[in-house]
Formats: sequence, structure tokens, C-alpha cells
Amino acid sequence: MNKVPNNRAWWLVLPVFILVAFSALIPLMTVVNYSVQDIFGPGNAYYVGTEWFKEVLNDERLQDSLLRQFAFSGAVLAIQIPLGIGVALMMPKSGIKASLCLILLAIPLLIPWNVVGTIWQIFGRGDIGLFGWGLNSLGLEYNYTGDTVDAWLTVLLMDVWHWTPLVALLCYSGLRAIPEAFYQAAEIDRASKWAVFRYIQLPRLKSVLVIAVLLRFMDSFMIYTEPFVLTGGGPGSSTTFLSQTLTTMAIGQFDIGRAAAFSLIYFLIVLLVSWVFFTAITHLDKEK
Amino acid sequence: MAEIHLKSLAHSYSQNPAGPEDYAIRQLDHVWEKGGAYALLGPSGCGKSTMLNIISGLLAPSEGDVLFDGKRVNELSPRDRNIAQVFQFPVIYDSMTVFQNLAFPLKNTGVPAAQIKTKVNEIAEILEIEDELHKKAKNLTADQKQKVSMGRGLVRGDVSAILFDEPLTVIDPQLKWKLRRKLKQIHEQFDITMVYVTHDQLEASTFADKIAVMYGGQIVQFGTPTELFEQPNHTFVGYFIGSPGMNLIEVRRCEGGVCFGDTVVPMGTQQTEALENLTSSNVKIGIRPEFVQASDVAADDTFAAEVKDVEDLGTYKIMTVRLGDETMKVRLTEDQHFEAGGTVQLSFPEKWLKLYVDEFLVEETEQ
Amino acid sequence: MSLTLENLSRVVDGVDYIRDANITFEAGSFNVLLGRTLAGKTSLMRLMAGLDKPDEGRLIYNGNDVTGQSVQKRNVSMIYQQFINYPNLTVYENIASPLRLAKMKDSEIDRRVKETAHMLQIDPLLKRHPLELSGGQQQRTAMARALVKDATLILFDEPLVNLDYKLREELRTELRELFRERQCIAVYATTEANEALALGGVTTLLDKGRIVQSGPVMEVYRNPVNTLAAQLFSEPPMNMIKGRVTETEVTFDEYSNHALTHELAKLEPGDYWFGIRPSHIGLVPSNEDDLEMSMEVELSEISGSETFMHVQNRHFEMVMQLMGVHQYHTGSPIKIYLPINKLFVFDDNEKLVFTPAQVTGGAV
Repeated sequence: MNKVPNNRAWWLVLPVFILVAFSALIPLMTVVNYSVQDIFGPGNAYYVGTEWFKEVLNDERLQDSLLRQFAFSGAVLAIQIPLGIGVALMMPKSGIKASLCLILLAIPLLIPWNVVGTIWQIFGRGDIGLFGWGLNSLGLEYNYTGDTVDAWLTVLLMDVWHWTPLVALLCYSGLRAIPEAFYQAAEIDRASKWAVFRYIQLPRLKSVLVIAVLLRFMDSFMIYTEPFVLTGGGPGSSTTFLSQTLTTMAIGQFDIGRAAAFSLIYFLIVLLVSWVFFTAITHLDKEK
Repeated sequence: MAEIHLKSLAHSYSQNPAGPEDYAIRQLDHVWEKGGAYALLGPSGCGKSTMLNIISGLLAPSEGDVLFDGKRVNELSPRDRNIAQVFQFPVIYDSMTVFQNLAFPLKNTGVPAAQIKTKVNEIAEILEIEDELHKKAKNLTADQKQKVSMGRGLVRGDVSAILFDEPLTVIDPQLKWKLRRKLKQIHEQFDITMVYVTHDQLEASTFADKIAVMYGGQIVQFGTPTELFEQPNHTFVGYFIGSPGMNLIEVRRCEGGVCFGDTVVPMGTQQTEALENLTSSNVKIGIRPEFVQASDVAADDTFAAEVKDVEDLGTYKIMTVRLGDETMKVRLTEDQHFEAGGTVQLSFPEKWLKLYVDEFLVEETEQ
Repeated sequence: MSLTLENLSRVVDGVDYIRDANITFEAGSFNVLLGRTLAGKTSLMRLMAGLDKPDEGRLIYNGNDVTGQSVQKRNVSMIYQQFINYPNLTVYENIASPLRLAKMKDSEIDRRVKETAHMLQIDPLLKRHPLELSGGQQQRTAMARALVKDATLILFDEPLVNLDYKLREELRTELRELFRERQCIAVYATTEANEALALGGVTTLLDKGRIVQSGPVMEVYRNPVNTLAAQLFSEPPMNMIKGRVTETEVTFDEYSNHALTHELAKLEPGDYWFGIRPSHIGLVPSNEDDLEMSMEVELSEISGSETFMHVQNRHFEMVMQLMGVHQYHTGSPIKIYLPINKLFVFDDNEKLVFTPAQVTGGAV
């Protein structure tokens, strides 16, 4: 602690500051600017203070879609993280089989998002889609365009199909990084499979899982393209998530001030949840 | 505790071994008796770690059987063999405290908590880590971590055997002395079969009652440290044990014994007999630097040699001499003085002069 | 040509890695840094190489201050505990790499690589890749790469630790030979007293970031400045027992009394530490006035040629290094003899008072 601080070092981070300013801060400030004004046209704007924010926070439509959004992100994490770990654990350790698994897993990640939406849109159709047709011919009533539960399930299933491989790949790389000696020692110590998972694999996957959870949370919280293509947000507004509500507001209704306020709140929520989550997990590490 | 019998054991890491060079272990028969303290000594790549992993069950042998108390255990996992193994580099479960680490092997088999506590405290006390018990294991120093690794093997009182794979590699020399002594005391106290793998002859001989020297996938000699030192029955044992190793000189049979250059070395009666029936041309004599006698005075049985170098190692000296065309090492006490460039008279006491044919010792029976 | 360290210190997070190091390394010298793990051997080497900057003090090379100079500008080679080679290059290219960086002519590179490889006995392996080699061969390759470029400073950071015992013995001997004619400064770090003795040259003892003692190996070995130096430079560690000297006799830990004879008679009354090397204690007296002590055997470790016997009484314990095989059961009583002329005596502050009289025929 008796080191003399060297202030010259700040100059070294200056380029990064400039870059961040251009790429993030300046656009963000524009949004901040819009969020406190009522704009009728070019040169015709009035300062309204926190008016928009109050309105947005009290807007039922937005509250609903925020709740929906949390429910969706929660469900995504609850399914994809354990499933991803499970897939990674079951994958072969090396050889041609491992390579094949990796390729297979990578495929959904390589498909453009709107194509994913289109695939599932067709896949789920009752007339020509294998999935929808299959369910219907088994006697199960399934119609994702008409039934809220079906729509939700389809969106979730699509996201699980699309993104679980990412979690699995991350976990797989984490698992491969565990030295063989740990497994040998555990075998010698007569640890059960569960004990090996609980005391060796899970602790050593922690850092990878932090990344996986953060990525999946942020991504799912901002989901737009796939449900938009698949269900268009319907039936009703049952699968309309935050991004879509925002877009409708900004582009469809040209409610720029309100949309800007909403954007900021949206941004802050993502930031806050990520931060809370990140500190909570890294904090666990520092105990003792 | 168990007697461990390795029966016509062989192991190859390749699927289709083409020749003997593909084998890490070659046709090996060996018995580790109940309750012994053993060392498995050899250079890296001699197959000693392979053998250890075969005993513990981490590796299945390609040929032969592993018997515990006469029962074949080839197919049993380490778990069912009930064996403990300590690895070269400390393996600790870093999310756990030291106590939890030590308790882990007991917890896995459902030992009651109270019993775990007593046992862990007992072992922690022996290893002198009782103050660290509630620290996170990952915050320990390397040698403390290794103590924890050892401790996990030692807490299990009922094991068939404890195997150590070069456990003191990461430990400072000063501490090595202490830990080795500790292990030996634990052995005397609990009477567990212990097999200790190392490449360090001092470590092996100070720990073990009996040492198996491994070379090229085979055990070339199994004996007490004294036997290995005084009666190495293979040139490799002579070379590997002792620092510096045995002086080995290629010789040919000649009138009055064996010769190299112009030097004639007389042989004992049994050795001479063996020479008479000789079929091989690979003949060597060997004598340890400790047993070569050096003096200023010439006598009937001395050879004059040129002193090339004298190395002072504090408690003793190593003198390099040139005898004919051969270089030899002689160990001197710190009070013996010879100058490089001078001449020294060497004699080879008959008792310590060994004859090797095809690298194997020509045995002499006591008369 | 020489390298001088002046009041060199390095502090990291309030911990002294190196504190006030003052020492000069001469060209053509072989220097051994002996100290336990974390004594500061690697830290000192990194400072010398220029890999770390000191917080205080200066580095003088040939009279020039090189403290701030980057490692690239200094002609330094370093060899590590791990075998560090370029895995995708052949042994030949590995050895040639520093010369290629120096833009040397191909014919000259070829000559030097072959010469160095020959010296380290790896010439038959030049076409192979490092991972196809044994540990000893890999470390020889790393050494060849360090030696080929004629560095003025070569640093060895425990290079033999990961090798077999026998290989260590061989490489150690080779190293000594290699440096006999070189005009560079070689610095070699080790934790083992026996290795320092075998390597010879100049020995520097380090402990907790401080230089304890430095000098020609035998001088340091025979005249340790304090108990710490004596303990560091002996394996097994030197036995230390506390003794009180009165006008007429000496008492060891209130336990055994002896008349003051020979050298001991010169001691002023007071408290002292008495040190004796494990190899100097005998089971039979070597002189009439040897100090006799009754002990109990704790453990005897037999190495074949020698026995390490650990003995104790209620007050202190000792280790003896005896030639030959001596089998005793734990707990058996035993008498041991300490020759007075082999005793090291340190005062209450653990500073050396006197060293054993050399029982040598010639000069020391």
C-alpha cells in the first residue's frame, strides 16, 4: 500500500475513453436529451422534465410487458443453465465423437436470428410443420398462434433450442480445464458422482457460469427478433416483450420522448440486474 | 490392509503393442507384503507411476492380474479396492476448508460426524496443520496443500494400502526431512502398507524398509537399502543407487583375473570360476566410490592412479582419478588430502569388488 | 566486467521481496543463490535481468547505471524450472532462435548451434521437436538456447528441480565444466545446500529477501556468520543446542555439564548457541575430551551407505549422519559424542563466535 500513485497512467486509458464516448456515451446522451423533451417536430420541442418517466412507469402496458420479460428471462435461465451443464457433462471427453458433438451444438448458434424465428414459425404450424402437426396428430391440441400457453411454450422452446448450446459449450470448455488429477483424487477418495459434481466440477465451473448467466440474462432480456418473427407478439400481447413494446412505441406511434424515457429505464434495469448478479457471485468468492 | 500381489503383469499404453519397447511394464511378478513400508525407485519413464496406478485401479493392466490378499481385483475401481493415493502435485478441493478436505474421504463412505471429527483432528495434529483446519484450502502454501493431500490418505484407517507418487516434489529440502520422518512414524504407528514412488534414492532408502528398483519396465532388484548398496545385482542398481554411482569398468578375461588396458585385477575364486564358463563378452567390474581405498603408500595390491580433480562437498570429498584409460570416482573423508595432478595408490577390497556378466551380478555365496 | 547491486529493494503490497541487497558479481564467476522457497531468489534474479524494476537502489553494470534499462537492451539469458521451448520449432530452430532475432548470418548461426548442441550432448536430436524429448533433453535444449547467444549474464532459476536425481547429478557436473572458460556472469538459484556445495563458486545465502552471507563456497560453509547461515547451508540442517558457559563448565539446556577444555576455555561466561554438523557426531568418541551425551533414538533412516539417526532427550533433539548401517529401535538409549574441535559457537544474538578448528593437514 506504500506505492506512489503514478498519474501518468491515466493518459494510457484515454483512447479507450474516447472510443467509449463515441460508441456509447454520445448516443446515450441523445436519448437522455429526448427523454426530457416533448418533440412535435424539428425545432419545436419543449422541456418537460421527468414527465415522460412518470408516465412510462405508470403505463400498464409497459408494466405488463416488464413482468412478462422477467418471467421469460427467469424461465430461460432456469431451463438453459442446468440443461447446458447437463449436456456438457454428458458430452464425450475427446476423440471424433467430441468433435461431432461440438459441431452439432454450434449449428443453432450460427443461424441468423430471424431465420430461427422463421424455422420455428414453420416447424410449429399445425398444417405443414413437423412439430405442430406431430403434436396435433398425437391428439394434443396445439396452436401457437391462437393459444397463449402454446405461444409461450413455443417461444421458450425456440430460445432453449437456440441458446442452450452456448451454455453447454461454455461449460464444456470449463470442464475440460479441470486437471485429470482431480478426478483421480476424487475416485481414490471414494467420492460419488454427485460429490464429484458438487465439490469439484461445480466450484470449478463457477467463473464460466457467471459469464453464461450474464450473457443469457442480458440476451433474453433484450430478445426481439425471434418472437417478433414467430408470433408477432401475440396472441394478443401475450408474447410481447419489452423490446417489442418499445419499438412499437418509438416507430409505430412516433412517441419519441416517451420511448426515450422507456429506453433509459430499460437500460438501467439491465445494468442494475447484471451488476447485482455479478457482485453477488464474485462476492461469494472473497469470503475468507 | 492387504498383501498386494502383481502376477505376470504387463502394460502397454498403445492399443497394438508391436514389441517390448511399446511396454511401460514388462512381465512383472511382485508381492508387496502386508504392513510393509516400501519404495519403488527408478528414473522417469521406468514405469513406476504406471505400476502405482495399476495397483490403485486408476489404470487397468493390459496383461496379468492384480491380487489383494489372493483375490483378483483387476475389475474393481479404486473405490472398491479401498486404497489411498497421494499424487506428486497437491490435489485439494479448493471450495472446501482444510477440515472439509480431510473429512471428504470419510464423509463419502458415511462415517458418522463425531467419528470424522476425532479422526480429522488426530491426523491434523500429526501433520501439524491443526491451526489451518478452518482456513479455505486454496489459501494454503504449496507444502501445506501437500500435507492436506497426504492427510486425506491418512484419515482412512482401514485402507488396504497408501500409495505415494513422489509426494515431496514441491517441498523444500529442510521440510522434506521432517515430512519423511513423519511418514515413517505414521507407518510405525498405524502399520499400514505403504508404497512410495520416487526417483530420489535418499528419499527411497530413508523411508522404506525394502526398495524395488525399477528399470525398463521391470523390477531389477528388491531389497533393503543396505543390500542395494552393498550387493547391487544389476549394473543399473549400482549406477542408480549411490551418489556418485558405482564405478563400472568394462573388462576382458585374462591371466590372473580380468584386465582393462594394462591393468590386471585379480578376482575371487567364485568369480574366477564364473569367468571360466564365460560365454558372453559383456563383462564389467564394479566398485563403489565409498569402498575404493586411497593412500599415499604403494603396496602389492595397489594401483597407481592419477588424480584429476578433488571436489570438496563439505562433509566429504569426491576425487576423480584416471587409472589406465578409465576414469573412476573415489569418496574421501573431509580429512583426507590429495592434490589434483598428483598420484594416488588405490586398492579394491575383494569383498566390495563385484563382477557383472551381461549386466547381472555374478553372485558369491558366503563361504 | 561486473554487475553490482546497490541497496536494491523491491516491495510488493507492503511485503519485502528484496531488501537492501548489496552485492557484486564478477565476470567469469559462478554464483549460487541458496535459500528456501520464497527467500527472494527469483525476485533477485528478475531484478538483475531487468524484468522487474527495483523500488530503491541501483544496478551498476561495468560502471554504468542500468537500473532503468529494459530487458531487451541487456544481454541476458534466463533458464527456468519449467522446460520452456517453442513446441512448434525443431531443437535446432529452438537453439537458433535468439541468434535469428539478432539477425546473425546463417553460416555463423549454424556453426554456433552445432557447437552448443555438441557441448550439451544433444547434437543427435537437432531435427526433433521438444515434446518428443525426455525432460532432461528438453532442459538441455532450453539451456543451449540460453548459452548460444553469448549473454553477459545467465540466470538459472532452479533449472534441475524437475529432473531425475541422477540426471541432476550429470547436468550439474556438465554445467560446472561449461562455465569454467566462459567470461559471463552465471547466477544459479537453488534450495539445496548439497547442490550449492557441488556447484562451488561463490555462494550467497538469502532469507526473507535479505542477503545473509556471501563469499566463496567453502568460506561460507566453514564460517557461517550466524545460526541462520549455518542452518541454511547444511543438509540435514545443523544441530543447534543452547548452552550456558560459567567459569568452569558448560551446561546444555540445563541438562548435561561438561568441563571447559581447549577452545571452549576461551569463552566468556554467558549464553551461547552450539552448532554441530550431523556428520560430525559419533557413536564412539574420536577424542578423550569429546562431549558425551545420553540420548534416546527416535528414528534411524538407512540410506544404504549412511544412516541418518534422529536422537532426542527431554531438552533437545539432534540428527546424526553416520557412515554405514546402524540399526536401532525407537526408544533405545544411546550415547553420542560431540568432538569439541568441530563445534561452531554462536553468541546470544546468534552471531558467530568461533568456528571449528580445521583438523587439516595443510592449509584451509
